[in-house]
Amino acid sequence: MSHRLKEGGRLIDRSQPKFFTFNGQSMAGFAGDTLASALLASDQLLVGRSFKYHRPRGIVTSGPEEPNALMNLGKGKTFEPNARATTTELFEGLAAESQNHWPSLEFDVGEINARLSRFLPAGFYYKMFLWPRAFWKHVYEPFIRQSAGLGKAPRHRDADHYEHMHVTVDTLIVGGGIAGLNAAIEAAEAGRQVLLVEQTPHCGGRAPVDHAEIDGEPAQDWVDARVAALAAMPNVRLRTRAMAAGVYDHGYALVKERLTDHAPDPSRPRHRLWKVRARRIVTATGAIERPLSFAGNDLPGVMLASAVRDYVVNFGVAPGRRTVVVTNNDDGYRTALALKAAGLEVPAVLDTRTEAMGALAEAAKEAGITVRVGRGIESVKGKGKVEKVWVCDQTRDGFNADPIDADCVAMSGGWSPVVHLWSHCGGKLTWDEAGAFFRPDPERPPTDAKGEGFVRAVGAANGDWDRAGEQPMQPVWSMPEQAGYALKSKSWLDFQNDVKVTDVELAAREGFQSVEHTKRYTTLGMATDQGKLSNINGLAVLAGQLGDEIPNVGTTTFRPPYTPISMGAIAGEARGALFQPIRKTPIHDWHEANSAHWEPVGHWRRPYAFLQEAESVHDAVMREVHAARTKVGLLDASTLGKLIVKGPDAGRFLDMLYTNMISSLPVGKCRYGLMCTENGFLTDDGVVARLSEDTWLCHTTTGGADRIHGHMEEWLQTEWWDWKVYVANVTEQWAQIGVVGPKAREVLEALGCDLDLSAERLPFMQWRDGRIGDFDARVFRISFSGELSYEIAIPTSQGRAFWDALLEAGKPHGITPYGTEALHIMRAEKGFIMIGDETDGTVIPQDLGLNWAISKKKEDFLGKRAQEREHMTDPLRWKLVGLETEDGSVLPDGAYVAEPGVNANGQRRVQGRVTSTYYSPTLERGIAMGLVERGPDRMGETLEFPTIGGGAVKARIVSPVFYDPDGEKLNG
Amino acid sequence: MLILTCPYCGVACDETELAPGGEAHLKRFGPGSTDEEFEGYLFQRENPRGVHFERWRHAYGCGKWFHAARDTVTMEVFGTYSAQVTEPPEEIRAKISAKHPGWSWREFS
Repeated sequence: MSHRLKEGGRLIDRSQPKFFTFNGQSMAGFAGDTLASALLASDQLLVGRSFKYHRPRGIVTSGPEEPNALMNLGKGKTFEPNARATTTELFEGLAAESQNHWPSLEFDVGEINARLSRFLPAGFYYKMFLWPRAFWKHVYEPFIRQSAGLGKAPRHRDADHYEHMHVTVDTLIVGGGIAGLNAAIEAAEAGRQVLLVEQTPHCGGRAPVDHAEIDGEPAQDWVDARVAALAAMPNVRLRTRAMAAGVYDHGYALVKERLTDHAPDPSRPRHRLWKVRARRIVTATGAIERPLSFAGNDLPGVMLASAVRDYVVNFGVAPGRRTVVVTNNDDGYRTALALKAAGLEVPAVLDTRTEAMGALAEAAKEAGITVRVGRGIESVKGKGKVEKVWVCDQTRDGFNADPIDADCVAMSGGWSPVVHLWSHCGGKLTWDEAGAFFRPDPERPPTDAKGEGFVRAVGAANGDWDRAGEQPMQPVWSMPEQAGYALKSKSWLDFQNDVKVTDVELAAREGFQSVEHTKRYTTLGMATDQGKLSNINGLAVLAGQLGDEIPNVGTTTFRPPYTPISMGAIAGEARGALFQPIRKTPIHDWHEANSAHWEPVGHWRRPYAFLQEAESVHDAVMREVHAARTKVGLLDASTLGKLIVKGPDAGRFLDMLYTNMISSLPVGKCRYGLMCTENGFLTDDGVVARLSEDTWLCHTTTGGADRIHGHMEEWLQTEWWDWKVYVANVTEQWAQIGVVGPKAREVLEALGCDLDLSAERLPFMQWRDGRIGDFDARVFRISFSGELSYEIAIPTSQGRAFWDALLEAGKPHGITPYGTEALHIMRAEKGFIMIGDETDGTVIPQDLGLNWAISKKKEDFLGKRAQEREHMTDPLRWKLVGLETEDGSVLPDGAYVAEPGVNANGQRRVQGRVTSTYYSPTLERGIAMGLVERGPDRMGETLEFPTIGGGAVKARIVSPVFYDPDGEKLNG
Repeated sequence: MLILTCPYCGVACDETELAPGGEAHLKRFGPGSTDEEFEGYLFQRENPRGVHFERWRHAYGCGKWFHAARDTVTMEVFGTYSAQVTEPPEEIRAKISAKHPGWSWREFS
């Protein structure tokens, strides 16, 4: 059984007990423990269930490569899934729960899958669930849902906060082990700005566990001296608990720093995401030990040899009382020696090599440890944990194995350099024959803007170890070598995803030769593992089955992040009110004070309607439309885009941008214009006013101002750069207020004007500058409602005052502010199109009956050539019509027109759709616009619109102009 | 995350400051062009492994469009230059030739 040793543990403080819960059960550890070491100290071997077969799983590693010990941490607003127990530092009150079990960790129904494992081979998703079709709903889907995913998604808003940090450094060093510390000192002494990040709370890497001395100094003293030296240098920043997640183009790197995970403190950010630009990046990320593939290697109690000695040396925790070490290299002996030194039993070291003569092996023998060479493990047996180890001849098929009683197996299959960061940005790997691992190829590094390598791997991450006095390792991909199906089908490659040796072999036999395909077919190295433990072993098995060399099979692609980073860290401060800035019109505060029901439009907030006491949104909209149609309404139209286009070539330029002729517009007049993309599709519309001989004011849609400004700049800067035109976006310089309705003129005149606002002196589609009351105003006689309407532009600073003045002056006429929905209904009653409703990026002006606004005189404009294409002139295109339901109801938005009859597949052909649909309080019925195949040629025809959940609504094709078709209301 | 130097304001821009604008040096075909010419102008694009010419806009900076010549494999940037030219400047072509003798991209080499 695993337990706490009486003494030892270089990282723990026995004077500070820490209490925590695991699956609701109270347990104790010490300050300095990880959750994993504290669980082992409490004899909690079983920590989770595997993904597919729900097999009992124990802690395998002592670091971020841990595949099994994934926990749900915290509750409610601080809940977090998939936390690795091996990297979670213990704190008082920590609450952890194991994942992927149902109903309980000890008794799991899904374990039945393990009995069915021969029916759930590689690619089982693709094979099992094909047929019969009727099984999907009641069998397959519930099964997949039950077994899919590891942790649970949080259900509450995250109570913690997070931050981002942007830094530029000369050298980013990843990893605070010996190689990283040396690289940092070298760079710092050369005067570079250095950032050193270490993912654990302690620098030194494996050195204090694995090496007594460095350069003749005690290892810990060596590390402490280097850390102190770096801390004293002004050009060095050293951050622990900081994991480099990814390396990207041109020296960009992401680092996630854990600030309060180990000591919860709501006043501080939980994580900090460093966004680093580095001239050079040094990866000193060390190496990860590989498991060995023998039957039963997934039983709780089978661990990496390095992890076993980490728990003993770092935490004073023994993973077992009797540990069998199995190894293909000298490193396993370090574990045997560490266990022996802690007073624990090591019944045998099984060395797959035919002789053991390295210095470490000799030391083990001297310590009285039995060393059995040429041996491997036939299988590990036990009920939910290691009980017996069957030892066999490594070169044979497991025949004639003898048992050893043990409660722990420490396995070492050699080491793989952590090449993830090197590889993220295109660094290539080369196969190291002697060590049987991929290492960074210094000839093919990731390159920077000068085409020079910017990442350098050092130390173990580069495959460089101090191997003095060590005997060469022996690659072992199958244990024993001649193992048959029965053994290999219990030999796990990927513990987390339940991929066994036989799965990879099957995939190869089924033709999955590419390693990328095999990965996806078998799920080898997927999910949070990302090939940390399983990669090389899996590749080797695949290569063996394909009869090819490992370097020819290659590796899967290493992608960021190295280990998962929290969504909170990615979001940083950009949440809630800071997620995106809100643009406010000068009248925003009035809207807010008057119960505006808001609608987001672009980055703006516009009132959808103003709610009076106890009024529903619908009732408010109806009231607002009625007021504007019968008395006078007031609209805050300040969000409309306003672009000044000025210069000797401005007219020529606008003629290219708009489909209609703009250059011929006289000063003082307005014209409704359409803009298309070069691909012919309608992209924006609005009223253009000519302000002077060389100046035009182009109104855009609310959401379109920045986009159209950019569109104009693009053409001016990149195509017609010799044209003399300036464009300025003056949207926010002006408040714009619509005074709309039969009493509009009277309200303005009540304020006192030096302008003649009569229909004769200021006709429709003209504008004038003048004074209204105390305000400098530009008055446009334009109308989006069909009513007598003045849109008045006032300098922004005066906007609110003008709004208040209008409200006061309009009181006797019952002036009523209205929102966007009333605006929409009134424009639909008039059959005016709305960009984004009637258009969706596939609609040309001709579809909308806007041919009158497309110049036939102009030789060229953006979109003209595109609109000449065959498909654009097809008479069968869907075109704009009005739609009137037979029963007066409101058509569902987006409903399709279905042709009578069905095709061979029982489907109905679609020949149109609803683009805008409203209840019109003016006509007291539902009105709609839609695009219908040959629509305008089919006036009076009745169409069928199937509705969701069956049934259909019938509507007649009518003119889209429902209200005042002769425009009698325009002049009041 | 590329860094490109805006040739107008001289700022070494992080990619987050920039907006991509696709392929450089397109020749516009308008009314009167054949379907093939128009298709080539509007839709056909190079997708090279190696030397490439692109348009970028310093969108969250000076707002200017510019051109960039870079290697899509090594991420090397050969240079950035004015948007208001119809072909890559000689010094940039020379720089590319030094690294990739015999290179060609569309009609340029």
